[in-house]
Amino acid sequence: MIIKGRVWKYGDDINTDVIFPGKYTYTVLEPSEMAKHALEDLDPSFAKEARPGDIIVAGKNFGCGSSREQAATCLKALGIGAVVAKSFARIFYRNAINQGLLVIQCPELFEFVVNGEEIKIDVDKGEIHTLGGKVFRFSPLPEFVRRIIDDGGLIPHLRKRFKER
Amino acid sequence: MGMTFAEKLLSKKADLSHVKPGDVVIVEPDRVLSHDNAAAIIRLFKSIGVEKVWAPEKVVIVLDHAVPAPTDKHANNHKEIREFVAEQGIQYFYDVNSDGGVCHQVFCEEGFALPSHLILGSDSHTCTYGAFGVFATGIGRSEMAGVWALGQIWLRVPESIKIEVVGEFPKGVYAKDLILRIIGDLGADGADYKSVEFTGGAIRNMSISERMTLCNMVIEMGAKNGFIEPDAKTISYLQSIAKGRFEIIKPDEDASYEKVLTYELSELEPLVAKPHNVDNVSPVKDVAGLKIDQALIGTCTNGRLDDLEIAASILGGKKIAKGVRLIVIPASWRVYREALRRGIVETLVEAGAVIAPPGCGPCMGNHLGILAPGEVCISTANRNFKGRMGNPDSEIYLASPATVAASALKGVITDPREVL
Ligand code: SF4
Repeated sequence: MIIKGRVWKYGDDINTDVIFPGKYTYTVLEPSEMAKHALEDLDPSFAKEARPGDIIVAGKNFGCGSSREQAATCLKALGIGAVVAKSFARIFYRNAINQGLLVIQCPELFEFVVNGEEIKIDVDKGEIHTLGGKVFRFSPLPEFVRRIIDDGGLIPHLRKRFKER
Repeated sequence: MGMTFAEKLLSKKADLSHVKPGDVVIVEPDRVLSHDNAAAIIRLFKSIGVEKVWAPEKVVIVLDHAVPAPTDKHANNHKEIREFVAEQGIQYFYDVNSDGGVCHQVFCEEGFALPSHLILGSDSHTCTYGAFGVFATGIGRSEMAGVWALGQIWLRVPESIKIEVVGEFPKGVYAKDLILRIIGDLGADGADYKSVEFTGGAIRNMSISERMTLCNMVIEMGAKNGFIEPDAKTISYLQSIAKGRFEIIKPDEDASYEKVLTYELSELEPLVAKPHNVDNVSPVKDVAGLKIDQALIGTCTNGRLDDLEIAASILGGKKIAKGVRLIVIPASWRVYREALRRGIVETLVEAGAVIAPPGCGPCMGNHLGILAPGEVCISTANRNFKGRMGNPDSEIYLASPATVAASALKGVITDPREVL
């Protein structure tokens, strides 16, 4: 799998309240609607201008805070290709996998990319290529995690498993 | 070599003689908790193609995030949950009535948080139950739907951090100040993926409520779970209410920790977490005098009887400052009833407080006290993220119930030692 997109760069501790505001959690129910509010309180231009395949590059502890899965759902629904962060908060990391959103831990990349730059991620090789020709490596995802992502998330994955039973 | 609490508990649940940090285990939870987000989980669960939840008696659902329903969408969510609960025969359902309250408070009061149990909740503050020697952690909606279907989850065995607390609280300093100090020191990611064990004489001296405040907030430094060893206080709390059998699982003496920290309570002072991060901690005195518009006492962090009692002791016979709104939300109806009986509610109302029905209220911006742009709120909750209370242009300071009550009294952020 190859992902190519423009970089949206954010800092440390981007929490789930700014990724998807709590006030919408029980009223905005459709993923396509959730997408319109992605990162609303932090960067109102993001949901309007992000294109499918674009990549969020963030500092440490991305997704800290609430367990709300919509923080991953809204990014996935917007077509975000991957989130590459120095580190992730635990529940968000699981939620992202369960939503089929690619999450990559690569602490080195952050300093070497700028906002808007196009980068390429080779998921199978575990490599990130920048415009300037730099290559960053990340550890491949465990097999069972990769299967969930390839199936499009935990629910489609389970649906498949239950059908096979 | 010995095992930490997390290692010991997860190895037992996975039926393995030994596990180490980084291992992935497949385990079955003893109980699972959901709140209003059960509606979304139900939709996901149904889409998997399974008919029945794996064990209805292990599923606990408490409506709390927006109760009573503030909009038709919320009302519809609640309705879907009621129908599902009836259809699946889920007996532990706490609806919008005077048995309910904030899910974590109700879960503990109803005797579901039992030592040695593994509990998963579709809410990040599920870690609160660590106060009872439970391994409890939060998961997302899809994952909960998967657990309802399979009765199983994969968990990574976490590294552990030990925090030893000694000494006695000085006047005006509380468990909330201690946990804010720890989060401020370790940072918002300081315990990412890790298990945090609290130990030491000061922890043993703490009430169950104070222990819950500590464990409630470990997620604010990224922790997977918190842990306090059960003792006579735990057992006596659970004696008449425990819904199930339990044993005591303790860490081994020779367990290995990634880090061991020690805190001396006598060195602490009243603290606040400033906007917009919980680890942005300073002494109250550094922000004293800042004008506030609203004060909130409640939530799963600090809405228990002792919290309301402290507020009443500060506000008794006085009036809150003009121009300030004080919103008090008991964490549960049990707390509310007891506060009524003891005259605490009356004292607070006489002082000018508005009492809202037990539930989450404005904590995450749903209703009952949303902030306007430019407003400042001081709150006993656990999060001060931008937009958390419904408006991205407002500011939230987190503090102990004493600091919040003192601030409501003066109309500006106030060190509680001035009024105690
Ligand atoms: S009171 Fe606040 S933090 Fe606690 S469960 Fe409710 S919304 Fe979450």
